[in-house]
Amino acid sequence: MTIQTDKSSTYDQPGVAGVVSDWAADKQAFDMPWGKLMMWIFLLSDTFIFSIFLTSYMKVRMSATDQWPFPSEVFALTIGGVYLPLILIAIMTFVLITSSGTMAMAVNYAYRGDKSTTVKLIIATALLGASFVGMQAFEWSKLIHEGVRPWGNPFGAAQFGSAFFMITGFHGLHVSAGVIYLLWVARRVGTGYYDGKNLEIVEIAGLYWHFVDLVWVFIFAFFYLW
Amino acid sequence: MSEAVGQQHPIGIYLKIWVLLFVLSTFSYLVDYFHLEGYTRWSLILLFMFLKAGYIIAIFMHVTWERLSLKWLLFGPPVAIAVLITLMAIEGDYTFLNRLFYFDR
Repeated sequence: MTIQTDKSSTYDQPGVAGVVSDWAADKQAFDMPWGKLMMWIFLLSDTFIFSIFLTSYMKVRMSATDQWPFPSEVFALTIGGVYLPLILIAIMTFVLITSSGTMAMAVNYAYRGDKSTTVKLIIATALLGASFVGMQAFEWSKLIHEGVRPWGNPFGAAQFGSAFFMITGFHGLHVSAGVIYLLWVARRVGTGYYDGKNLEIVEIAGLYWHFVDLVWVFIFAFFYLW
Repeated sequence: MSEAVGQQHPIGIYLKIWVLLFVLSTFSYLVDYFHLEGYTRWSLILLFMFLKAGYIIAIFMHVTWERLSLKWLLFGPPVAIAVLITLMAIEGDYTFLNRLFYFDR
């Protein structure tokens, strides 16, 4: 293996040899701005938090002797006289995926240097995120009104409530924080705070936002569909 | 340190993945809508979930274009989560059987 000293080519080596050279050579191990690496490490730790929530939900659901409430029925809505199972959750899923799409485009336009389109797309993402939180608030109030509590509910196993409030609450908190984060980034991009610098901040905020969408994919599958 | 270019890809790929995520989400909703049960339901839910998660990570989060060092950093530690899930599944089963045996009725 040859040790390369030229910065421009030290990150060119592919595969396992590349990992060895990234980690062993006298240079920074990860070829990216430090903020982006820190976001990745934060997301890795967040992965553990959500995994632990979902694992404890699995354990509690497997060991419940009462019938677990049917999410399909608990989260059903009657819209215009039509009974639609799980409809609100489906809409929330589509809203969040759409926001992920607009965010991905925002990152793309940021790297092209198109500031105004970037700001518009980030604001669109934040608005979609805010509407997601709004629908979640509606869902929470509906369930609380129907008597769902962390310690019991009228539909079946008592553990349903605590798992529901804990998991969706923590996710909703992430979405709310993300909306604030995105609006803050949009403002700074718009006012020219990052002028003359690389707009990598948009990609970093994007990583956080896509992660929130990613977590929802797992919550949707395990909590609402299972 | 400033790099000349960050992650730059044609906009078309994001639109394609976006449409694909919509289609996959519709499929997973239909799994519930058509009341599929048992192993069909569970395997389809997992299939659509992993496909969606994979595309979000690979394309939207650009992991495909990152170096192997970062991929290992991201996908190594979650092995511990897989171990935890396995252990808790065994434990959950055990708790369930004990509740039936000692507490039920």
